[in-house]
Amino acid sequence: MRSIALGQYYSVDSPIHRLDPRVKIVLAILYIVIVFLSANMLSMALILGSAFLLVALAHIPVKLVMKSVKPIVFIIAFTAIINIFWTSGEGDPLLDIGFAQIYKEGIVNAVFLMIRIFVLIIGSSILLTYTTTPISLTDGIERLLGPLKKIGLPVHDFAMIMTIALRFIPTLMEEADKIMSAQKARGADFTNGSLIQRAKALIPILIPLFSSSIRHALDLATAMECRCYRGGEGRTRMKILKCGTADIVAVISIVAFGAAVICLNVFFA
Amino acid sequence: MNSDSYIKIENLSISYEEDDGGRTSVLKNISLDIKRGEYLAVLGHNGSGKSTLAKLLNMILEPDSGKIYIDGREITDPSMTEEDVFDLRKKVGMVFQNPDNQLVATIVEDDVAFGPENLGIEPNEIRKRVDDALSVVGMSEHAKGEPARLSGGQKQRVAIAGILAMKPDCMIFDESTAMLDPLGRRDIMNTIETLNREHGITVIMITHYMDEAARANRIVVLDDGEILMDGAPAEIFQRHEELKACGLDVPQCVGLVHMLGEQGIKIEGECHTPSLCADAIAEALKKR
Repeated sequence: MRSIALGQYYSVDSPIHRLDPRVKIVLAILYIVIVFLSANMLSMALILGSAFLLVALAHIPVKLVMKSVKPIVFIIAFTAIINIFWTSGEGDPLLDIGFAQIYKEGIVNAVFLMIRIFVLIIGSSILLTYTTTPISLTDGIERLLGPLKKIGLPVHDFAMIMTIALRFIPTLMEEADKIMSAQKARGADFTNGSLIQRAKALIPILIPLFSSSIRHALDLATAMECRCYRGGEGRTRMKILKCGTADIVAVISIVAFGAAVICLNVFFA
Repeated sequence: MNSDSYIKIENLSISYEEDDGGRTSVLKNISLDIKRGEYLAVLGHNGSGKSTLAKLLNMILEPDSGKIYIDGREITDPSMTEEDVFDLRKKVGMVFQNPDNQLVATIVEDDVAFGPENLGIEPNEIRKRVDDALSVVGMSEHAKGEPARLSGGQKQRVAIAGILAMKPDCMIFDESTAMLDPLGRRDIMNTIETLNREHGITVIMITHYMDEAARANRIVVLDDGEILMDGAPAEIFQRHEELKACGLDVPQCVGLVHMLGEQGIKIEGECHTPSLCADAIAEALKKR
């Protein structure tokens, strides 16, 4: 069977991989906030450094990380260019081409923004998607949002939906493959023709895929009922998430990191 | 009621509504008594009502009339609460045909834990049950693996472990080998037999494979919603012609003995499994 990569999870053992998923979600949120707090050269340098530190700590090959940044290079460049033209500063513009002026502040802003987005992507993907399996991520979200059950939000149900969706991705992919082979064997052509023609060629794949996923859903519902599933109430879990020393250290580090960024902002404004 | 009877079915009938408003009966007034620890095969061709029977036993369907008792409790009692249904499903586990449609989690051990988690069992006890169940079905080494990477037979063994971890008294296998390759099928049959023999689990195996049915202690043949035959495999397969008439065959080895008989070579004794058959033929050869 061909291997199907679910998400970006990179399976190695690292201090970041071992962190509790709940802690990682909180860390990721804090990290994003801190990245946006940084406002001058020094704090920018610090957050850039932190991104590289994270990559090193997570034992993820730099090449792989760069590959995941590639698709958003265009977006980063685009935002940067817009920033360059749209920021007006004091004093004389560096360049005046009639309809647009470029100021020093514009260039600084653009560079800051580029660094922020870059760090943001790397930081959040290292903390979450690269080092946490989708399933433990869902688990972490369910437990973090647990208190919302009290106000009637179906947190457990959402988590269950996510889990099952993740579970069925490989099954449905395999099935799509089978259907495509069957259609190809009858002369269907998915690779030639205009975009519209190719989109149309997908219909004979989508319809059987839909009907089979509905069949899967019905069967699965029966099987779950037979296994005494009746929602989140009265359910226990085999794996209990525990916050260890490493988790505490991680939280302390991120708080210290946040404090450092704020200090650099204030004292070297 | 007989004390060692585990499941008792009395005059059970069920029908379903056709598109044109008429009703088609699926099971017609059947009665059956299944003993604790029994290894029963339910045989029948497509549409004989065998899967419907399984779904009735697990309260997925409700009968039109008749009664079902499980472990002394009448499950067709209209006063059954949701809690009662829950307790019942704990006792009678069900393994379906398509292993893919039974697995809930993306990690093998999490899936096995799904049932016990639903029962609200202590985490340490769940851990123990999961490990035990996986070792019974021989899947311990795949505990941390992903179901998507397993073969059909392995997935089905995980599904069995998932039911086993709930510690049921009885397990129903609804054509659980139908989608597997011969190797996977053999694995599942061996697992089922281990469960019955070593763990005292009452097994109801619904199948249309003669060779599988031949391995049970007792066979019930369903035809067109009625019980056509009920007895030990050796008895059932003697009735070669009747089986043929309702679209079923006999195991290959029984067929062989019949064909030898037609050629005037009499073979005595039970011959419904390959090893019994080989012994019987060897015995016959010695006499010559």
